[in-house]
Amino acid sequence: MSKKLYPNATAALDGLLKNDILIASGGFGLCGLPERLLDAVRESGVTGLTFVSNNAGIDNEGIGKLLRTKQVRKMISSYVGENKEFERQYLAGELEVEFCPQGTLAERMRAGGAGIPGFYTKTGVGTLVAEGKEVKNFDDQDYILERGIVADLALVKAWKADETGNVVFRKTARNFNVPAATCGKVCVVEVEEIVPAGSLDPDSIHLPGVYVQRMIVGAPYDKKIEFRTTRSREAA
Amino acid sequence: MTTHDGIAKGWTRDQMAARAAQELQDGFYVNLGIGIPTLVANHVPEGMTVTLQSENGMLGIGPFPFEGEEDADLINAGKQTISELPHSAYFDSAQSFAMIRGGHIDLTVLGAMEISETGDIANWMIPGKMIKGMGGAMDLVAGVKKIIVVMEHCAKDGSPKFIPACTLPLTGKNVVDMVITDLAVFARPDHNSPFRLIEMAPGVTAEDIAARTTAHYIS
Repeated sequence: MSKKLYPNATAALDGLLKNDILIASGGFGLCGLPERLLDAVRESGVTGLTFVSNNAGIDNEGIGKLLRTKQVRKMISSYVGENKEFERQYLAGELEVEFCPQGTLAERMRAGGAGIPGFYTKTGVGTLVAEGKEVKNFDDQDYILERGIVADLALVKAWKADETGNVVFRKTARNFNVPAATCGKVCVVEVEEIVPAGSLDPDSIHLPGVYVQRMIVGAPYDKKIEFRTTRSREAA
Repeated sequence: MTTHDGIAKGWTRDQMAARAAQELQDGFYVNLGIGIPTLVANHVPEGMTVTLQSENGMLGIGPFPFEGEEDADLINAGKQTISELPHSAYFDSAQSFAMIRGGHIDLTVLGAMEISETGDIANWMIPGKMIKGMGGAMDLVAGVKKIIVVMEHCAKDGSPKFIPACTLPLTGKNVVDMVITDLAVFARPDHNSPFRLIEMAPGVTAEDIAARTTAHYIS
C-alpha cells in the first residue's frame, strides 16, 4: 500500500492547513480543478488564505466556494471574470487581488519550484504590471524582474497516479497543475485513479513522484463544463 | 452594413476576420483571441496547414465537438468545449507561455479598446470598472512574432480607437504590427516605423478614414 495515499481529502490535509497560509491551486476555469481538496479546505474553516491560482472559480465552484465563506484574504490571478461574489468582495475592498499576467504567473510558480527566486521577462514592460519592479536591459530590450513563488501548500488535480506518486494528466486539464505542484512545500494531489507501479509508461510521466507528498482518489467526478459548445452532425 | 457613425459601408466582423486570415502562412503556429479573432479560424485558406495554440495548454485546436462528445477536460482559453486533431499536443501552462514568450508562435490576432500610433495596445482594463484581469494578453503581445489587432474603427460613442496615445492602461508598449478595422487596414514593417494605411473597405474613402482617426499615419 502506498505511503502517500490517504483515505480522503480531510485526512490528506491533516496538519497542513493553518490560517494565513499561501496555497497554490491548479486548474483553468473549471478544468482540472482540485475540487475535493478545495472542499476540504472550506470545511476546515481556516481563514486569511492567499491563493495563487489562474482563476478564482465561479460562483459556488472551485475557489468561489471559499470566497463565499470569506476564507480568502488575497488572490494572485490572471483572470477573475464570471464570478459575482468575487466582484462584490473585490469592489467592497474585502478581498485583495494581485493581477499577474498568465504566463508570468505560470513562470513564477515554475521558477519558485525550480529554486529560482526571480527572473526577467518582457511581459508587462511599460504597463501597470511593471510598477515598482526593477527594469533591466538585455540586448537592447527592456525586461522586468518578477519573483518566483513558493507556496506553503499545493493542491492539484490529476488523472492517474501510480502508488509512488508519478502522475499523468488528461488533455487540457494539465494546465496550472504542474507549476502549482512544483511550487508547493507540500503537494497534495487528487486523482481519478491509482494504478500499480509499473503500469504507467516511465517515458510519459507528466509530474514525477518526487513532487508529490500526499494523494487521494477523488472519484467519482461529475466534471462541469463552463461553456458547452458543439457542432451538429448534419453540418459536418 | 451600416456602422454606428453613419457610413453605410465597411467590413462585417466576418470580413474583418477573413482579412486577418490573409496574413496566415502555411506552417504557421497561431494564437487567436476571443471574439472576432476566433472567427479567423473559419477562413484558413484551403490546403494551408495552420496550427492553433490555446494558452491553457494545447497545440492543434480542433472544431467544436459533435453533440454528446463534449469533454470537460478539453476546452479552449475561452473555456468552450473543443476537439483534438491527429497532430494535437498537450502541455502545462508554464510550457504554453514559454512557447509564447520565447517567440515560437508566429502570429496572434487580438481585439483592443485602443491602439496608439506607436503601436501601444490597451485591451484589459477600464479605470473605475470591474477589472477581470489581463489573462494571457500581456504575454502574447510581448512574445509573439507578429501582432494583429482586429477592432471596430470607432467606439460605440463614435470616438476614434486608433489614437495618438492610449488613454487606458496598456497591455503592451510598441508591440502592434497591423490594425484591421471595419473600415481599413494599417500596417508597419517594423516597430520603429509609423503605420501606413494600406487598404480600405469597399466604398470607404481616405477622407472617411481621416475623419475617424486621430492617430498619425502615412496614407
